[in-house]
Amino acid sequence: MTTASRKAYGVKGAPYAFLLPAAVLFLLFFALPIGYAIWLSFRKVKVSGLGLGSGARKEVWAGLENYTDALTDSELVNGALRVLGYGCIVVPVMLGLALLFALMLDSDKVRLAPFTRLAIFLPYAIPGVVAALLWGFLYLPDVSPFYFVLEKLGLPQPDLLDGGPLYLALSNIAVWGGTGFNMIVIYTSLQAIPAEVYEAAKLDGATPLQIALRIKIPMVAPSLVLTFFFSIIATLQVFNEPTTLKPLTNSVSTTWSPLMKVYQDAFGKGDIHAAAAQATIIAVATLLLSFGFLRVANRRNKQEAAR
Amino acid sequence: MSSLAVGKADTAAGVTPGAARSRPPLRRRIALVPTAALLLGALYCLLPVAWVVIAATKSGSELFATFTFLPGTGFADNVSDLNAYRDGVYWQWMGNSALYAGLGALLSTLVSAFSGYALAVYRFPGREAIFNTLLAGVLMPPVILAVPQYLLLAKADLTDAYLGVLLPQILSPYGVYLSRIYASAAVPADVVEAGRMDGAGEWRIFTRVALPMMVPGMVTVFLFQFVAIWNNFLLPYIMLSDDEKFPITLGLFTLLEQGANTPALYTLVITGAFLAVIPLVALFLVIQRFWSLDLLSGAVKS
Repeated sequence: MTTASRKAYGVKGAPYAFLLPAAVLFLLFFALPIGYAIWLSFRKVKVSGLGLGSGARKEVWAGLENYTDALTDSELVNGALRVLGYGCIVVPVMLGLALLFALMLDSDKVRLAPFTRLAIFLPYAIPGVVAALLWGFLYLPDVSPFYFVLEKLGLPQPDLLDGGPLYLALSNIAVWGGTGFNMIVIYTSLQAIPAEVYEAAKLDGATPLQIALRIKIPMVAPSLVLTFFFSIIATLQVFNEPTTLKPLTNSVSTTWSPLMKVYQDAFGKGDIHAAAAQATIIAVATLLLSFGFLRVANRRNKQEAAR
Repeated sequence: MSSLAVGKADTAAGVTPGAARSRPPLRRRIALVPTAALLLGALYCLLPVAWVVIAATKSGSELFATFTFLPGTGFADNVSDLNAYRDGVYWQWMGNSALYAGLGALLSTLVSAFSGYALAVYRFPGREAIFNTLLAGVLMPPVILAVPQYLLLAKADLTDAYLGVLLPQILSPYGVYLSRIYASAAVPADVVEAGRMDGAGEWRIFTRVALPMMVPGMVTVFLFQFVAIWNNFLLPYIMLSDDEKFPITLGLFTLLEQGANTPALYTLVITGAFLAVIPLVALFLVIQRFWSLDLLSGAVKS
């Protein structure tokens, strides 16, 4: 009797014991920092007198001041707009290419598929900083093969690290780094489609293009949603690539993207309270966008299923 | 007509008309457009890698003077310059990256395996709430975590230390998610039940029965975490100031930053980038066959 009840207790306690390490780490490195950031965002440093001597700098309650400052800060707003523009290039191009390559890999009689699949996936193994560094040099007129070719052809040589082309240059790095991973995700779900589906379509006289558009793409819609979702999150958080290109050009400011602005305010200016408020705003925006997107996607899926 | 008969006819009289007819059409069509598109994609993806391989062989003067894809003569000099740079701090960076990524991914995989198993196999109050809370961590922008993580770790005197970079990366919400999916596909409930009937404790069932079944999925989680930590830049960038503890990403970045003022350092940056790409690409080529990539898309065939 006692052993039986102890055993039952053991089973009941077991999942919590297994989850303990994750829970401790979550509390220490996720929950506590988030709580601390939110707390900091409602505080500010008040300087009395000249700010000299002990007690001259005091941390006080700031209410929503940091938030109103952040939302009216043109640097942050401009950074958000820049990232929006950047995302409008990266996400559709990257996912479009990923889908295209996945469909090509999945098509009949394609040659060199294993080699090309590996080559396109390869950039995933290269850190964003190193990727930005490599492309950064390819954008530099003095060392770039593109400029060499343009010069030989007598064509104009645009500055890839300034103005509008800078967006393309930065987007290109993200597209290069992310296409392969997304391609693999989509390709894997293409492979999971049973062959009978295609055979039935072929018997009905469908062309490969029709099969791709009418059968394959709708059937991999869940993985498209997943890749879309992760791409949006990654885009909002762009930091590494513009930071890496910064030493190569004067056109990337220290506040180019919202995350760079947070970093700059926290560690450049030393205003952790402003940085905390901005980080909170970015986190809330990310959550709203992701959940909004998931809701729309889910509703779509339900409608599809209902039909 | 059986295929055996066709085979006999083949060996007896060469290619008989009957045998030729039963074969698939001889013109082995290549799908030209898809193949060409994939080759273009491969070319695009390999271009920067090919460039860095060649650029690393160039001396400082050749880098700016000769055609980009023409190999240079300075590779040995570049490597010895890189060795000499700040008493070989470059290799320290590589070692640090291996440590952060290797140990970090190992611990991360263990924690993920524990939690994934618990979430997949047991029914207990708060299961979905715990899972969703952990999962929400995926959505947190790294900076909202990294800045307060820095401030908190500074209070514990752990910034600018190996632990400051290692500890925050052990829990991976995505790793937990993948482990849960994999565990629920790979560990059948009746196997766990049978273990209990035999009188084994929960821990024993996990280590002796479930964990071996989860190994293929955990390899994927390990590799995924290894790449993620190796590629991480923001956290060490915020956490560290002593360049002896830098991972390779941060080391190369600081080298590039200095190179902006002294272009002579460009050859070092390029050679450093080339050497930094080698281990990861090698690892990638060796292990890609062990990845169950379908796991990454959340689809597991049981």
